[in-house]
Amino acid sequence: MSSDGLITGNGVSRRSFLRTGVAAASGVSAMAAALSPLAGLKDLDEFSLDHWLKKHYKEMTPEEMETTLERIREEVEQRYAVRPDIRDIKPLDGVEFVYALNISRCIGCRRCVHACVAENNQSRSPEIQYIRVLKMEKGSINLETSDHHYDPPEVPEHDSYYMPVQCHQCKKPPCVKVCPVEATWQEADGITVIDYDWCIGCRYCEAACPYWARRFNFATPKLPKDKLNANMAYLSNRPRPKGVMEKCTFCLQRTREGRMPACLEVCPTGSRKFGNVLDPESEVSYILREKRIFVLKEEAGTLPRFFYYFDERGSRFHDPLIPLTVEGDTP
Amino acid sequence: MKSAVVGYISFCWQCIRISFRGTRLYFLWMTLLSVIALLGLNAYCKQFVHGLVTTGMTDQVSWGMYIANFTFLVGLAAAAVMLVIPVYVYRNMDLHDVVIFGELFAVAAIIMCIMFVTADLGRPDRFHHLLLRINFPMSMLTWDVFALNGYLLLNLHICGYLLYTAYRGRKPTKLFYIPFVFIAIFWAVSIHTVTAFLYVGLGSRPMWNSAIIGPRFLASAFAAGPAFIILTLQIVRRFTTHEVKDEALFTLRRIIQVAMIINIFLLVCELFTEFYTDSAHLASIEYLFFGLGDHKALVPWIWTAMAMNMTSVILLMLPVSQSIRFLNVACVLAIFGIWIEKGMGLIIPAFVPTPLGEIVEYAPTWNETLVCFGIWAFGILFYTMSVRVAVPILSGELTYKLVKARNGGEAVASAAAGQ
Repeated sequence: MSSDGLITGNGVSRRSFLRTGVAAASGVSAMAAALSPLAGLKDLDEFSLDHWLKKHYKEMTPEEMETTLERIREEVEQRYAVRPDIRDIKPLDGVEFVYALNISRCIGCRRCVHACVAENNQSRSPEIQYIRVLKMEKGSINLETSDHHYDPPEVPEHDSYYMPVQCHQCKKPPCVKVCPVEATWQEADGITVIDYDWCIGCRYCEAACPYWARRFNFATPKLPKDKLNANMAYLSNRPRPKGVMEKCTFCLQRTREGRMPACLEVCPTGSRKFGNVLDPESEVSYILREKRIFVLKEEAGTLPRFFYYFDERGSRFHDPLIPLTVEGDTP
Repeated sequence: MKSAVVGYISFCWQCIRISFRGTRLYFLWMTLLSVIALLGLNAYCKQFVHGLVTTGMTDQVSWGMYIANFTFLVGLAAAAVMLVIPVYVYRNMDLHDVVIFGELFAVAAIIMCIMFVTADLGRPDRFHHLLLRINFPMSMLTWDVFALNGYLLLNLHICGYLLYTAYRGRKPTKLFYIPFVFIAIFWAVSIHTVTAFLYVGLGSRPMWNSAIIGPRFLASAFAAGPAFIILTLQIVRRFTTHEVKDEALFTLRRIIQVAMIINIFLLVCELFTEFYTDSAHLASIEYLFFGLGDHKALVPWIWTAMAMNMTSVILLMLPVSQSIRFLNVACVLAIFGIWIEKGMGLIIPAFVPTPLGEIVEYAPTWNETLVCFGIWAFGILFYTMSVRVAVPILSGELTYKLVKARNGGEAVASAAAGQ
C-alpha cells in the first residue's frame, strides 16, 4: 500500500465525507444485524442486577440467604404455579454418608434412574439423568465393553449383570480441585455440591470426573409444571438455569432430614443401601465391615464413598445356585 | 507532563486513524474480515440466547472446537519467542527488523485465545466470579488466566512502547523494555506449559494423563508458530514498504526444522508407549487413528495431519525449501498438520470413549463453526491493523513531528479531543 494519505490535514472533501458516512452507516447496521438474535433473550431476570451481585453460597449471611430463598420461591411460583418448600439444609454433625450397592441383586430395571429424575427436578428436555446403569458382560468388569443403551423386553438377562453408576461423592474429588471459581465443593457430610448461581459453565469438572457423574445444562432445562417436586434444597434439587453443571447430591433434601435417597426407596430388589458410616450400627457400616466390597476405578485414587458389593452365594435373580460340592468330598 | 499526554493521545489517535486508511485492496480485505467476524458474532449471539445446545458438544464430549482452537492458538502466541530469542539473546540482525511483527502476532493470538475460552463458557455473564472467588493455585484454569493475561500485557507493553518511541522519534530506553522482553521469554514457555497441565493433570482422561504432552505442545508450537510468521512476513513484504530479508525467513526455517523433528519424535514416543503396551489406556488413541468399531470420525483427519507433517518435515530437511516457494508449501502443511494434530486430534479423542466406556462422536455444528471462523477473522483483522499501524511508524513515515508540522499543534490536540 502506498504511503499516500498517511499525513493529511483535517480538510475533508465532500466526497470523502459522504464515503465515510456511508461506510459508518453500513457498519452500524451490520453490527445491529449481527446482534439481532439477542432480542430473543428470555428470562431476563437471569441477567438482573440482583443475580449479578449475588454472593457465593459460603459468603451469604443468613439474612441474605433468606432473601435469596424468597426470591427463588417467587420465581418458581411464577414459572410452575407451585410455591416450593425450599430450604438451605446444612449437613448434620457426626454424619458421613456412604452408599453401597449390591451388584449381585441389581436387575437393571432402571427404576432408580427415573425416581431420581422425578425427585431432583432434572430437565426432561433435553433429558438429564444422574444415574447410568451399565449392562456388564459376566466375567468382566471392563467398562468399555459395557452396554449403556440395553433395551430387552425383560430384565435381568442371563448373560449379564448390571452396574448403576452415579456420583461417587469422592473424598478427594477432582471436580472440586479443578473448578476455577470454587462453585463446587465437598460438604462436611461428604456430599459434593454445586452453587448453580456461581458456576460459570466451563465444564472443566465434567472433564475431570472419572465416573462421568456430572451433567451440563446445554439448554434451558424444561420441566412440565405438574412434574415439579416442590420439596427442595438450595444446594440440590431446586430448578437450575441453563449453562451450569449439576449432579447427584445423594438427595440431600431428603437424606439430611433423615430420609433415604429416592433411588434407594424405589429399588425393588433392595440392592441399594445408604447411611452414616460414622455410626458403627448402621447398615452401611455392617456392609463395609462384613461384605466383599470394591470401588470402581480404585486406581483413580479419588476415594469414592460409593461402594459396590456382592453376596457370597450368588443371587436369587441370576442363575440358580449350583450345589456347593467339592469333588471327592461327597459323604 | 502535558506534552507527554498530548503526545500519547496523538499517538493513539494516529493509530486508529491510519487503520482506516489504505489501498482498495486493504479495504477489500478488511471488509471481508469484518463480514466474517460479524457472521461469527451473529452465531455467538444465537449461542448466547439458546445455550451451548447450538454446538455439537454433549455431556459425553464436553469440549470441542473452541478448546481445540484455543490450544492451537496458545502455541502460536508462545511461538513469538522464536523470534525474540535469536534477536535479544543471540543478536541476530536479520530478525531484528521483524521481531515486532512476531510480538504483535502474539497479541493477536492471545486475544483469539481469550475469545475462544469465553465462547466456550456456559455462563459468560458470570465471568467476574473469577475475580471474586478464584480457586488459585488449585485449579490449573486459574493459572491459565494469569498466564494468558500476563503474556498479553507484556506483549502489549513491549510493542506499544517501541511503537510509541518510534512515533515520538526517540530512542527507546532499554530499562523500559529489555527486562520485559526477557520476562516474556519465560512467560511464553509458561503459557503453553500451563495450558498443557490443564489437560495433563486429569487422571480421568488416560490420553491426556501423560507427561510428554507439555513438551509436545512446545515443540509443535515452535514449528507452527514460526511457520505462520514466515507466511505473514512475506505478506508484509509484498504489501508494505517494510523490508524483510530472505535471511530472516531462512533463520526461521532452521528453527522449524528442529522443532518439527522434535515434534514428530515426541509423537512417535507417545504412540510407541500406547500401542506397544496395548493396555486399556489405548482406547482414545485407537479411536483417533483407527476408529472404534463403526466410529471413525477422526480417522481421516489424523492421517491427513500425519501426511502433512511428514511431507512438511521432508521438504524442510531437503535443500528445495531454500526456495521460498517450497518453504511456503512446507509452512502451510506444518500449520494445518499441527492444527489438526493438537487441536481436534488431542482434545476430542480424550472424550471418546467416556470414562464409563460409552462411545459418542462429536461433530461441530454450523453455528459453532461460524463462531470459530468469526474469532479467527477478528484476530486476523486485529493483526492486519497492527501491521498497518506499525509499518509507517517504524519506517519514520508517520511521526509526531510530521503530524505536528502538517496540522499545526492545535489541530492535533483538537483531533485528539474530538476522539
